[in-house]
Amino acid sequence: MDVEAAKQIGVALAIGIGAIGPGIGIGLIGGRAVEALGRNPEAESSIRTTMILAIAFAEAVAIYALVIALILKFT
Amino acid sequence: MLHISIKAEPIFSIGEFHVTNSLFTAAIVLVLTLLLSIFYVTQINKKNKNKLFYLVHFAVSSVYKLIESVLGDKTPMFFPILGTFFFFILFQNWFGLIPGVGSILIKTMEHGEEVFVPLLRGNNADLNTTIMLGLFAFVLIQYNGFKYLGLDYLKKFLNFKNPIGFFSGILELVGEFSKIISFAFRLFGNIFAGEVLLAVIAFLVPVLATFPFLLLEVFVGMIQALVFSMLTAVFISTAIAKHH
Repeated sequence: MDVEAAKQIGVALAIGIGAIGPGIGIGLIGGRAVEALGRNPEAESSIRTTMILAIAFAEAVAIYALVIALILKFT
Repeated sequence: MLHISIKAEPIFSIGEFHVTNSLFTAAIVLVLTLLLSIFYVTQINKKNKNKLFYLVHFAVSSVYKLIESVLGDKTPMFFPILGTFFFFILFQNWFGLIPGVGSILIKTMEHGEEVFVPLLRGNNADLNTTIMLGLFAFVLIQYNGFKYLGLDYLKKFLNFKNPIGFFSGILELVGEFSKIISFAFRLFGNIFAGEVLLAVIAFLVPVLATFPFLLLEVFVGMIQALVFSMLTAVFISTAIAKHH
């Protein structure tokens, strides 16, 4: 296996594995937010704000993996 | 193959100082923002206000309310800087989505060769900017920690009462510095990934297919501006809170 092929596999593995955790996390956050909304529909706006902040946190992890993948790919 | 550069390219230089395309874009956006702010201030005392005034006013007061939900009665003290973070990042992100940014090329010399580089580049798609913003937020958090708590602020990091406290203090210290990295890479990653996504989609399907992604990027740009300013607000409010 030459260096270029190893690099391409590295890129795919970096983003592929890196997206699993945040995917699970965002799913859990969204599900719990809907549960909370079902219990307490009046608190919609505050639930939405908190949910978006939490999703941004979870998504940031995927973005780190993506940055690594992009650096590997384009340098 | 499509051309994607992870770093900003210099487009011209003033003496030894190389002006990169993202710096040039940042200057344009700053001038436009300044004009908008001057417009807002001149309209504020007029009897018949322009419609644009109400739009700006709505945006500013919404951000104020959001930050107030975190900082409470300290909001008037911190709103100027946090609001600046919000609008700086928001306008830089949105300016990067305007057609022409990244697609207008100019000819420059690099290592003695002629290369074509984009004239404009979204400012937050340059890691230098986001690291600067992260450092700025970090200094702001630490400065206010010391300002409100004095030397008591250090107690969070240096705790000699018991070994567990000592160890968690070291973890807190590392956590403070990792804020710079996470601030910088979150913003850079989101915006740069957005640009790469748009470029790839436009490369695959040239017509119309980019439109939903463009809308997504408008949303992401706003969310990232919101996340950056809200997180700074949250960190400030934990830094200045008295702990027992």
